[in-house]
This record gives sequence, structure tokens and C-alpha cells, in this order.
Amino acid sequence: MRALDRFGRATIDFFEYAGGLALLSAESLGFMLQLRIRIAETISQAALLGVQSLLIVCLTSLFTGMVISLESAQQAVAYGVSNLVGGAVAYASVRELGPMLTGVVVAGRVGAAIAAELGSMVVTEQIEALRSMGVEPPRFLVVPRLLALLLMLPLLTIFADVVSIAGGAWIAQTYAHIPYDSFVSSIRESIDFSDVVKGLVKSVVFAAIIALVGAYQGLSTRGGAAGVGRSTTFAVVLAIILIFASNFLLSFLLFGGR
Amino acid sequence: MRNGAGANVIARLENTALAFGSRIILRNCTLDIVEGAITCIIGLSGAGKSTILRLIDGLLLPSEGHVFVRDQDICHVSEDQRNVIRQKISLSFQFSALLDSLSVGDNVALPLREHTRLTHAEIHRTVMDALDSVGLANAYDALPGELSGGMLKRAGFARAIVTRPELVLYDEPTTGLDPIMGAVIDGLIVDIVRRLGGTAVAITHDMASARRIGDAAAMLHGGRIIWTGPASDLMHSGNPAVDQFTHGRREGPIQMELRR
Repeated sequence: MRALDRFGRATIDFFEYAGGLALLSAESLGFMLQLRIRIAETISQAALLGVQSLLIVCLTSLFTGMVISLESAQQAVAYGVSNLVGGAVAYASVRELGPMLTGVVVAGRVGAAIAAELGSMVVTEQIEALRSMGVEPPRFLVVPRLLALLLMLPLLTIFADVVSIAGGAWIAQTYAHIPYDSFVSSIRESIDFSDVVKGLVKSVVFAAIIALVGAYQGLSTRGGAAGVGRSTTFAVVLAIILIFASNFLLSFLLFGGR
Repeated sequence: MRNGAGANVIARLENTALAFGSRIILRNCTLDIVEGAITCIIGLSGAGKSTILRLIDGLLLPSEGHVFVRDQDICHVSEDQRNVIRQKISLSFQFSALLDSLSVGDNVALPLREHTRLTHAEIHRTVMDALDSVGLANAYDALPGELSGGMLKRAGFARAIVTRPELVLYDEPTTGLDPIMGAVIDGLIVDIVRRLGGTAVAITHDMASARRIGDAAAMLHGGRIIWTGPASDLMHSGNPAVDQFTHGRREGPIQMELRR
């Protein structure tokens, strides 16, 4: 009976959370469609959330591209197909690792920041103050962050793709002695522009997940400083899980045919 | 909307009850906020005084009963309509609740930028007037984190009055301040109401403050409004619970339980 009770509560909590998140998403989308956007704040958030993530995204991508190249070059050289290494690195980077690693890194950095900022605004009554002034928190706070990430995450993903491939090319050249022109021609044969676009479509979805989960978790914060900590942790964990899950789904939908 | 004595009522709680799950906060509360007066609401900590302000502002909706602002029942309107009604009301928070990412000037300007079509210069002038009226003309560019407790309260007041609302709700305006700053804040509240011709509701534990600023008073206990009357009658209300509270007596009908 107790287990049933717990299951019932968990089910209600799940649907309550999903409903709240969906409502916040719909409200934010509604404000965006009505063009009720704080442009200056959006630009400022783009700089804060996007530009300041550039270094960490580039570093992560660089080492990822290098390690893919290292591993694939070893195998490729052993089987005498070292001319395929460029394609392998670009294929993995553009279609999967670029968007997903960028999403995960930004979720850790930006998702946490959004949840912590909005959470501390809740516990210090700043959100209630906004509501008491007739200012809708989703429009005032969530839309600028959501728009900023929707703009910046694809750009960061492009940087991640380029840096990852460049790192891969460098390792392929220095470690497996694969010339740059062979590496580049392998890339040309393996991927086309639609792969890059599909990777960017993924990053748009990840941006929405990071911003909305972070914002919803922040705005649902209860219980002072400890509550802010819980919200921040949960926002990051949930965003990363959703990024992985949606990445599989998107890969299936976008690349399922090939 | 008028009360029994024929005075204009700006806000009214009518048989209002509020519960969060099994926790009952308010039961069957009826209270008139008379236009042009300062009404003080007193009561023990956790009695639900701040909740009354949030009900009047539409931040909380009652479980039962009605809340009227002017003649409009704010419980049965959309959130957009409530946002319009809220432009007539301002809530000054206990801990000011200024947005800590904005300067004091930008905090005070926020309701003007959101709800008016004033030019940048007009907003700046109006904000400077509001800051000047609370003695913070030099704090326009300061961040909330750089202000003292008293300055924060006054900055919160400036934000609350900048749109010239009809009703200003003050949540514990003097709590945590030294007696002199408390008196200064009280003077400001009276000055704002008299000068701008508005109405105020103030939550307080401070009997000296309630007597200084209040025209009317109400006491909340056990989720009910147990007494209303002129603030000048607070110290000799004839109600044993009110007398115990206002005189700070340990013995009386209000039993404080200290659990060990």
C-alpha cells in the first residue's frame, strides 16, 4: 500500500513537473511570437551565456577531436585506410559530438547559472516583486535567456565542429602522418552541408532544453539557499539527461535514413 | 464601494479563507481598507499578516471568499486583468526585494519602463523625484548590495510610489531598523500618503509605529481578524487578546507555546 502511495505521488509529481515545464515553454514561446522581447537584455545574456562559454566549448571540442583522431588513426593505419580518418573525425564531430558536447558543457555552465540566478531571485522575493509590479517573469527573465541560447548554441556548435576537426587534423598529421589535404578530402567525401545543418538543428533543441529546464527549475525553487543548491543540481542533471535522450531521438529522425 | 460608516473602501476582503493543503492560514476574514487612510495590521509572527497583503495584490488567491479592489473581484479575473489592477497597487516588501542585477535607479524606473510610454528623460526625472522624496537622490547608480538596511527600505518605497499608485502595501516597513530610522520610515509613509493622496496598509509588530502612522488598525490572530478600530484605540481596545498583544503581556488569552 505504501509503495503504491509512493508510486502515485511520484506519478503526480512527474506530470506536475512536465505540465509546469510545458506551460513555461508555451508562455515563453507566446511572448516571443508576440515580439515582446527585451532586446538589450537578450544581447547582454547572449554575451554572458554564449560568448563566455566559447573557451570551455573550444577546449572540450579540441581534445575530443584529438582523441577521436588518435583512436581512429591507430585503427585506420593498421588496416591501411588512413585516408578515411578525416571523414571519421568530421562525421562524429558534426553529426554527434559537436552539438552534444556543446550542449552538455553549456548545460553545466549556463543551465546551472540560470537555475541559480532565478532560484535566488525567488528566495529573495524578487520574482514576487516583479509579479506585484505586473511584470510577467517568463517575459522579463526567461525569454531573453531562451533567445540568447537559441542564438548562441548553434554558433558555439559551429566553433566546436571547426575546432574539433582542426584538432583531429593536427593529431592525424603529427601522429599518423596523414597529410592535411588527404584529411580534408576525406571530410568532403564523408559529410555534406545537410549534416552540418542537422547538427545545428540538434543544438537549437538542446538550447531550448537548457534554458527552459534551468529557468523552470529556478522559478520552482523552494526553501532558501539549500533549495537554490537543489534546483541548480537538478537543472543540470535533468538537462543533460534530456540532451542525451533527445540526441538519440533527433539522430534517429534526422539521420535514420543513412 | 462603501463600508458601514459610509467611507469609501478601496479594497475589501470578504469572508476570505486561505489554506495551503491542510495548513490553514486565514479563516473567514473580512476587512475594509478605507480610502485615504493608513490601516495597520498587527498580529503575532506567522499569523498571516503578509498573506493579507499578497491577497490584496492578487499574488495569492483565496481558497474561499472574495478580494475586491475598488469594485472588482480580483479572484475572478484573468492574470492579464490582474496585472492591470496591480498597476493601481504597489507592494513594498519587508526586505525590499530590489532586483540585485539592476541599479537603484533602474529598479525604481522598472514599473515606469514596463507600463508607461514616458520618454527616457521623463522616466529619469520621475525616478529622481521619487528617490529625492525618500532621501536617496545620490543613490541612483548604486547597486542594492551597496545600500544599508534603511536605504534599501527607502529604495523599495521609491519603487513602490514612483507610479503614484492608489494603494501602497507596506510589509513590515520598520522591522530590523533602529528606532530613529524606524521613526524616519514612519514619517515617510505618512508623508507619502498625505502628499500623494493615496491609501496605505502597513503590517507591523511595532506598537509605537502603529500608533504613529495608523488611522485604522486590525488585529489578526488564529487566522481570524479579531479586532478592528481606530489605531488610537489600540492600547485600550477592550479586547483581551489585543490588549495582551499591544502591552506585550505574557499572561492572557494568547498562549505562546515554546516547545523544547
